[in-house]
Amino acid sequence: MTQLNSKIPSGPLADKWRTYKATQNLVNPANKRKIDIIVVGSGLAGAAAAASLGELGFKVKCFTYHDSPRRAHSIAAQGGINAAKNYRNDGDSVYRLFMDTIKGGDYRSREANVYRLAEVSNGIIDQCVAQGVPFAREYGGLLDNRSFGGALVSRTFYARGQTGQQLLLGAYGALSKEIEKGSVTMYTRRDMLDLVVIDGRARGIIVRNNVTGEIERHSGHAVILATGGYGNVFFLSTMAMHSNGSAAWSAYKRGAFFGNPCFTQIHPTCIPVHGDYQSKLTLMSESLRNDGRIWVPKKKEDAEKIRKGEMKPGDIPEEDRDYYLERRYPAYGNLSPRDISSRAAKERCDAGYGVGSTGLAVYLDFADAIQRLGKGVIEARYGNLFQMYEKIVDQNPYETPMMIYPAVHYTMGGLWVDYELQTTIPGLFVGGEANFSDHGANRLGASALMQGLSDGYFVLPYTVQNYLADQFKVPRFSTDLPEFLAAEKEVRDNINRLLGIKGKKSVDTFHRELGRIMWENVGMGRNKEGLEKALKLIPELREEFWKDVRIPGTNDELNPELQKATRLADYLELGELMALDALNREESCGGHFREEYQTPDGEALRNDKDFAYVAAWEYKGTENKAELHKEPLNYEFVELKQRNYK
Amino acid sequence: MDFTLKIWRQENAKAKGRFVTYQVTDISPDCSFLEMLDILNESLVDKFEMPIGFEHDCREGICGTCALYINGRPHGPDKGITVCQMHMRRFKSGTTIVIEPWRSRAFPVLRDLMIDRSAFDKIIQAGGYISIATGNAPDAHALPVEKLNSDLAMDAAACIGCGACVAACKNASAMLFVSAKVSQLALLPQGRPEARKRVQAMVAKMDELGFGNCTNTYACEAECPKLIKITNIARMNREFFAAKVCGAKEVATTGGAG
Repeated sequence: MTQLNSKIPSGPLADKWRTYKATQNLVNPANKRKIDIIVVGSGLAGAAAAASLGELGFKVKCFTYHDSPRRAHSIAAQGGINAAKNYRNDGDSVYRLFMDTIKGGDYRSREANVYRLAEVSNGIIDQCVAQGVPFAREYGGLLDNRSFGGALVSRTFYARGQTGQQLLLGAYGALSKEIEKGSVTMYTRRDMLDLVVIDGRARGIIVRNNVTGEIERHSGHAVILATGGYGNVFFLSTMAMHSNGSAAWSAYKRGAFFGNPCFTQIHPTCIPVHGDYQSKLTLMSESLRNDGRIWVPKKKEDAEKIRKGEMKPGDIPEEDRDYYLERRYPAYGNLSPRDISSRAAKERCDAGYGVGSTGLAVYLDFADAIQRLGKGVIEARYGNLFQMYEKIVDQNPYETPMMIYPAVHYTMGGLWVDYELQTTIPGLFVGGEANFSDHGANRLGASALMQGLSDGYFVLPYTVQNYLADQFKVPRFSTDLPEFLAAEKEVRDNINRLLGIKGKKSVDTFHRELGRIMWENVGMGRNKEGLEKALKLIPELREEFWKDVRIPGTNDELNPELQKATRLADYLELGELMALDALNREESCGGHFREEYQTPDGEALRNDKDFAYVAAWEYKGTENKAELHKEPLNYEFVELKQRNYK
Repeated sequence: MDFTLKIWRQENAKAKGRFVTYQVTDISPDCSFLEMLDILNESLVDKFEMPIGFEHDCREGICGTCALYINGRPHGPDKGITVCQMHMRRFKSGTTIVIEPWRSRAFPVLRDLMIDRSAFDKIIQAGGYISIATGNAPDAHALPVEKLNSDLAMDAAACIGCGACVAACKNASAMLFVSAKVSQLALLPQGRPEARKRVQAMVAKMDELGFGNCTNTYACEAECPKLIKITNIARMNREFFAAKVCGAKEVATTGGAG
């Protein structure tokens, strides 16, 4: 039985990371050349890690399913990146960023990891500026900041509405530099389909070349996964169409534990669903909540008339509007954290006050801000977002309030890692959204970019080296070893089995159905009955998928339907684990809201006595129940409190 | 809404391509262009035919993956957006829509509407970055940047690398793409130390990869989904000329990185 050891260094919180770095093992420069490192994923965490390890002198192979490493979904983050620079002189500090993140995560993250994240946040900004990332600046030539949810200080740095894009291009530049130098070899259009474990250590991967269909074996002394989140298990989400959980899932099936799979973030400000053919959801940046006010009609009959198109939002007088976030959470108001804002929207819509033709929408209204600041200021701040909204919805948000509704956006859960970001398989590391580590049960806005770059630039280059210190003596691995051949055969058999089904239903038909089951039962509000239902329905759907899916074409060509099918096959297993984890966690915390566990006024009710732990699940075969391991969260420095945004 | 679609089909890079006509019916005006193609593809899977290969990922206009040439224009008829941001309400029901891949020697077709744009990565690898290593960068406030230059750098940095500029250009020139990166980094003080070396290396790589020359038709600017301005090309030409005159020797020395 694997014992969970989080390997947190001893000593005061502020010294842990410094001590680790001062005492870790290093590899001699001449020996670094003898070591191969595989990095899967080229988003913020992957590109930053690959570039930084290449700079150190290791031989890196970096893989992505995209046609170019510049396209990872990190680009889609609009709003910004947090750092504790305190350039505003508004009382920010590393400790405050740490505390906000711990509290925002509803006390379900590791103190030491979160402190390290806050500690390295300032270095990220310095690094990115030096790379030429064009952050917004003021007339004095210094950097500008804005506010985000869950914080009382302005610590968010941004580059117009494209912060993620610009940060990724910075990392992509660093990666390109190393590719040119020859220290990193880039493999594009590859799906990782299996992990190769030799003598208990991660030693390689099996990938499919998505252009030719060739199944390739690649070896390395260590493997880093930076493959993003698994939100597409819900079919509709703000993730990119091809974002997938397959790399992480194959690692799970090879023995890496999966941490807190049920922790999903539902983002409050997305454009509502409009039809059955819809393929994805579009996020409107959280920064809009700086100036927009969220409301629904106070009277049910008004809401009904709006849904029928008999009334317009402008017809409802001020006194008949319910600014429910300002009413329930006066201290944070419209800038309440994401989980709380999302749930409050769902609560109003479920109670019959929702607007839009479906009743699954609330208003985000800029009328007050336009009156106070003028249209010009609002345009300068949010022009591109307003234009994007108008393009999609065909309504002008300067004249009529935006309609928004929560949507799946991020997964806090992921592969379980220790302080070194190493999984339960030695030599397998995980960075960015793909690991479970820093956000607890709810991630704060502008923290994903921070974590991806922190892992990639400032954590993995140290911890991976520590692991590799004695590995230079191990010669490069042949990919003809039996473990490689066996893993390749399994991958081929799986693909042939999928192609051989020749059933009646398309991959998307199954995916939509899985999404419906997940959203209804493992979505924003969860309860025992629904979760048990999901645990019955998902295996049934999986069985049907393996009997009746229809995939045209062959493996030996560029075959997008086959790619979708291999990814969905994994989601059909992962969805079940999410439901199991949600059922096990008999408390409400952050994004995980169990309807049975709430305070009289509808707030999440944590149970610290029984559930202050990380749920780390071990694979026991697809048809068997996964085994739960618990990593207790020992809070040495922070006092556990009920979150209060009132 | 109903449409007749004439779509370029090509099995792989070596196969001979052809147009195939499809009908789609009962499409909602709120449906996005790519969702319309999803619907068509579902119907093809129903018939056990290979669906149409087209590139897409984020579907919110930022990743730069989607690349369709619609009725003779990259990213379709609207200004300042990518294909994935376009909705069917933009078209008239009953009309014919012609859909092709980007056409350029430097962007070979992989399947149907999917193309290989790795040439763009190679140009960036030639020098489209600032050669600093991770760690120990000076404090971000140590180097103030004039707001105007910072804003102009951001305008240029908005390029998503989709290749519409190449597709729009009769010479298949990549000048807008290259000049956007050259400008972003030349406008910032951090980027100046390598500016001469960078512009020469990137231009040389662009020529080597088979992109054409710029003849100032402005088609790239007109079709760019991120509204990158042609003034960047002028700036790049100035940088290039200055580098040629004053900095030729520096190019020979490599090893700027850490």
